[in-house]
Amino acid sequence: MSISVNHISKHFGAFTALDNISLDIPEGELVALLGPSGCGKTTLLRIIAGLERADQGDVFLKGDKVTDKPVKNRQIGFVFQHYALFRHMSVFENVAFGLRVKPRRERPSNDAVTKKVHALLELVQLDWLHDRYPDQLSGGQRQRIALARALAVEPSVLLLDEPFGALDASVRKDLRQWLRNLHHDLNVTSIFVTHDQEEAMEVASQVVVLNHGRIEQQGAPGDIYDNPANAFVSRFIGHTNIFDLEEHDADWLQTAGLSTAQQKGRIAHVRPHDIVIEKSTANSDAFVTLKDWQHLGALIRIELVKNGSNGPAASVYAEMPNKQFKRLHLNKGDKVDLRIRHAHWFH
Amino acid sequence: MSQSNIMPGFRPAISFTLVYLALIVLIPLSAMLLKTFQLSLDEYWAILTNQRVQASFRLSFGASLIAAAIAAVFGFIIAWSLVRYSFPGKRLFDALIDLPFALPTAVAGIVLAAIYEPHGWIGKLVMDGTGIQIAYKPLGIVFALIFIGLPFVVRTIEPVLQEFDTAMEEAAASLGATRLQAFVKVILPNILPATITGFALAFARGVGEYGSVIFIAGNMPYISEIVPLLIITKLEQYDYAGATAIGLTMLILSFLLLLLINGLQWWVRRRSGQL
Repeated sequence: MSISVNHISKHFGAFTALDNISLDIPEGELVALLGPSGCGKTTLLRIIAGLERADQGDVFLKGDKVTDKPVKNRQIGFVFQHYALFRHMSVFENVAFGLRVKPRRERPSNDAVTKKVHALLELVQLDWLHDRYPDQLSGGQRQRIALARALAVEPSVLLLDEPFGALDASVRKDLRQWLRNLHHDLNVTSIFVTHDQEEAMEVASQVVVLNHGRIEQQGAPGDIYDNPANAFVSRFIGHTNIFDLEEHDADWLQTAGLSTAQQKGRIAHVRPHDIVIEKSTANSDAFVTLKDWQHLGALIRIELVKNGSNGPAASVYAEMPNKQFKRLHLNKGDKVDLRIRHAHWFH
Repeated sequence: MSQSNIMPGFRPAISFTLVYLALIVLIPLSAMLLKTFQLSLDEYWAILTNQRVQASFRLSFGASLIAAAIAAVFGFIIAWSLVRYSFPGKRLFDALIDLPFALPTAVAGIVLAAIYEPHGWIGKLVMDGTGIQIAYKPLGIVFALIFIGLPFVVRTIEPVLQEFDTAMEEAAASLGATRLQAFVKVILPNILPATITGFALAFARGVGEYGSVIFIAGNMPYISEIVPLLIITKLEQYDYAGATAIGLTMLILSFLLLLLINGLQWWVRRRSGQL
């Protein structure tokens, strides 16, 4: 295991940030710590880095217990959410910093520093900016310089705190792909913190879902999406329709194929793409009306409303490919039949 | 202004500034300059090369520079403590920093003299312990000027320290820097421009300081007589031309020194990428 966390707890006053967290991360993985804000993900990352001390528990890096080691001796690379570049140093000096502060015996010669820094700047494709100052760079450029700076000390693990949080959407998309490729090339065990499930699914090889200071689920992105361990994960990852069988009238759900006979819980979570809709025949007593739809590129998201027999009208979302939707020739207000192919059941 | 300006009120603002500068600064200074022209160049030169005058110039500028330098160091430490740590009575302490701004300087001078004179509370301890006399010596002037200059330094550094992004320190530590390296290479360069500004303010204030100094200085000609006092002495002897000559020289020297400090400031900012 490259990074191991054993029974970590952390309190801030009466607030429990982390509650007995244990986590193992194998060598070479790119792991996302995913969770809503305030779930403790950044605190966990800072404890692994040594920027914060846990109340209880131990941290192991490459098998060494580092719980009591200060951050400077942990051989980690840390990338801060707001970059934390040294404002008074040029881009070159920022990247060279980690080499220049090494103890005299280990410090590389000036030539070696120059060579290494330029190599790193080429790696992040920003060598042409080496004599600029951080204030003169764009957000995406700063983030890449921060990454080059962290890589200069050849860290055994790379920790990134909301690395794309402060960037605008298009830059974020590019950088995600770029980070994934970079990780593929360098293969250094990395953890990044994010609250954006799409980002976690797209970039990470392993996703750890946190909530209220606990780990809800850990696994490959596809795994977590297809087999959510609990209702929180199911709600948090991707879109989902939630049917509480005790609140909803089970009848219309049964006609949709969500049989109470096969129910394994009280609450059914249904992914939008697991709902199939068809235009109902004229004399059908269908319960569901098509209210509106939105184009999501290749997919259409269809908003359906259950005709209020009792209680407020509830919206149900279905998704299907564009072409398939066109073939149905549906209009707003049409009554539709729906069929639920698959559901996750929770109590 | 041919192009349209987003910020309105350029004309009234600049007019007000010019009128203010003229009334408060330029006209009085020109009057002083004119008065000095009543002297011939030889007379002017004779006044300046006078031993007593030169001694007081050395004292005034020397003591101010030393005091400002010490105040810069102390002020940095105080600002650091106030921003970085929390301790009981911090707010009270913070309020006390401004006291030298508000206190009539004469009161400050009398109090300092009373404490540091050879029989005073601290003066006696120092006298008995080391044999060094503080009050009524040039050292006393430095003490008074530190007292006067300190709040300038603290109040210029404080906001900059508050704004300082502590993630930069964490970044330095994560890159393997020791605490000392982080301080010297990361914190200090970011705070240095503010420290130089504080130093310049403390120095400028120190050169012109009169009230607090004369009580503790002893005012011995050639030893502990500051330039402002010399000017007052000349005025009392109805030697207006002599007084203005010294005044003008002091003005020019101060201006040149402040210009130099500003240049240093510019150089530091430029070197640290803040320009």
